[in-house]
Amino acid sequence: MLKGRTLGMGELEAVENRASKLAPFATGAIAAQEAHGDVVLLTADLGKYTDTYPFRDRFPDRFYNVGMAEQALVMVAAGLARTGLSAYCTTYGAFATRRAHDFLAIACAHGGASVKMFAGNPGLTTGYGGTHQAIEDLALMRAVPDMTVIDPCDATEMQQIAEQAREMEGTVYCRLLRGNVPVVFDPATHRFELGKAKRIGSGTDIGFISTGFMTERCLDASAGLAELGIKASVLHCATIKPFDTEAVAAFAASVDKVVTAENHVLVGGLASLVLDALYANGVMKPLLKIGIPDRFIECGSIPYLQTRYGLTAARVREQVAQWLGAGAQAAE
Amino acid sequence: MPSPNETPSFSHLRDKALQLRRNMLIQAAGKGQGYLGQGFGLAEFFAALYFHELNFDPKYPQAPDRDRFYMSTGHYSIALWAVFAEIGLIPKDTLTTYGADESPLEMSTIEGHVPGVEMTGGSLGHGLGIAAGAALGLRIQNNPARVFVEISDGELQEGSTWEAATAASAFRLDNLVCFNDCNGIQADGALVVPMEPVADKWRAFGWDVQEVDGNALEELIGAMHWARARRGKPKVIVMRTRPGRGIARLEAREQAHFIRVEGNEWDTLGRELELENA
Repeated sequence: MLKGRTLGMGELEAVENRASKLAPFATGAIAAQEAHGDVVLLTADLGKYTDTYPFRDRFPDRFYNVGMAEQALVMVAAGLARTGLSAYCTTYGAFATRRAHDFLAIACAHGGASVKMFAGNPGLTTGYGGTHQAIEDLALMRAVPDMTVIDPCDATEMQQIAEQAREMEGTVYCRLLRGNVPVVFDPATHRFELGKAKRIGSGTDIGFISTGFMTERCLDASAGLAELGIKASVLHCATIKPFDTEAVAAFAASVDKVVTAENHVLVGGLASLVLDALYANGVMKPLLKIGIPDRFIECGSIPYLQTRYGLTAARVREQVAQWLGAGAQAAE
Repeated sequence: MPSPNETPSFSHLRDKALQLRRNMLIQAAGKGQGYLGQGFGLAEFFAALYFHELNFDPKYPQAPDRDRFYMSTGHYSIALWAVFAEIGLIPKDTLTTYGADESPLEMSTIEGHVPGVEMTGGSLGHGLGIAAGAALGLRIQNNPARVFVEISDGELQEGSTWEAATAASAFRLDNLVCFNDCNGIQADGALVVPMEPVADKWRAFGWDVQEVDGNALEELIGAMHWARARRGKPKVIVMRTRPGRGIARLEAREQAHFIRVEGNEWDTLGRELELENA
């Protein structure tokens, strides 16, 4: 955790000595437009705060701000898509999924419109409290038929997804990691593949199944657990829908105990998906769910909130160690 | 399709409006009910749009240079099916299956089921924004096609309509024409939240406005020609229509939002339609 300063709204907790990259979404969106020429980027009065300005400066005639109007943002994107363009949108996840839900569902997903929503402030990446924290967005979006849902881990994935999004079929909801974003995966070797989970490590005492930036936390926690003699591995599930059910079941079968970790409420998110996948495949393993409890979260600094709700690497390690020490079969 | 500013044959358009009403009556009789009131009220509009104004070839419903028509009021599908049967997009003999199980002619417009349906309507307040996005997309791609959208007066109660109106005006979408059907009814009866003055509201949002009797073909055609000539702003034609127009007995009904009649009444209505429009 960074000491001595409060992180800005939506800024990720950086790990000391870990590389980071500025505005990976904009970099990827620019690359997509340079290569294909059919991208239009829209925002709803949050252009500055969703990394769109580098794109606007490079392609001023492909950038539109509809003002503080998330319904218009999504409807206009739906119309643009109907003329053959790829409409990238940005706003905060809370506004995209709560306020404009009907429009994402009916104007976009229902007709298979090529609308790609990049939604900032996912989970506890802002200290602004319940109004701005999109803590249930994955559940809301994955319940929409024909919607693709992605929760990237780091700058490498964020940039690659932005680059690839126009090729993804239909409507996509992707959580947006913006500002100075940690680099966890080496861009030279890591390739984001839609719908594919990625295993990291070979430990079999604990199998972390994680999504979003929680994968970074689980990887760091694994290093800490190794010092205690506990060997862990991580299955990173950046795509929430379509979910890589087979890989999850096979991974769980290969480890003694499973820990799910998500920057999302424990209702309808990754833990629910994993439980569905394991039950469907007859894999029964002790399971610990790490995530945000079923309530609106207060205002506070990001390090404080992430620590309090168990999302930091240190707290992940602590929760797992405690769980193993107590020998419990389930814990909150 | 007609060339710009071509003088229409009003007797031809009147015949088309009558034929659309016949087609709607066939559907409603088959189903036993339907949004006949609104459909009848819009018969002249649909005749003017599809048989005079719209650059749309039913043989190529996906042609890139076609004018787009977005019908936001999905529950008026009965009127769109009446048009589609008349221009050959769907076989006429399917009209009797309106609203039946497994029929493509659903009681709401669903995108992707019938060619020529450009959007799923029915969840109200979607059409204007989608049309604005399409108008923007066509302009970006230097496509001269125009975008037409029909919305109801009830939809003016949806906040999203005004978000879309704001965006269209801000982006100066002068390739966009909105037809605002003001028939004064909604699901719970007469407009439960009054929206007047409608024309002033549009003007305040930066739109060019014309107000017409939506059942007068000459006024509709005049407004469509006006919309072609205007530049610089999105345009709206506020159409005052009468639900059930075309059959006096339907027009007089208080419950015109969703028409149900006794089973033996359909033939009578058909005879009255022919008599009153003879």
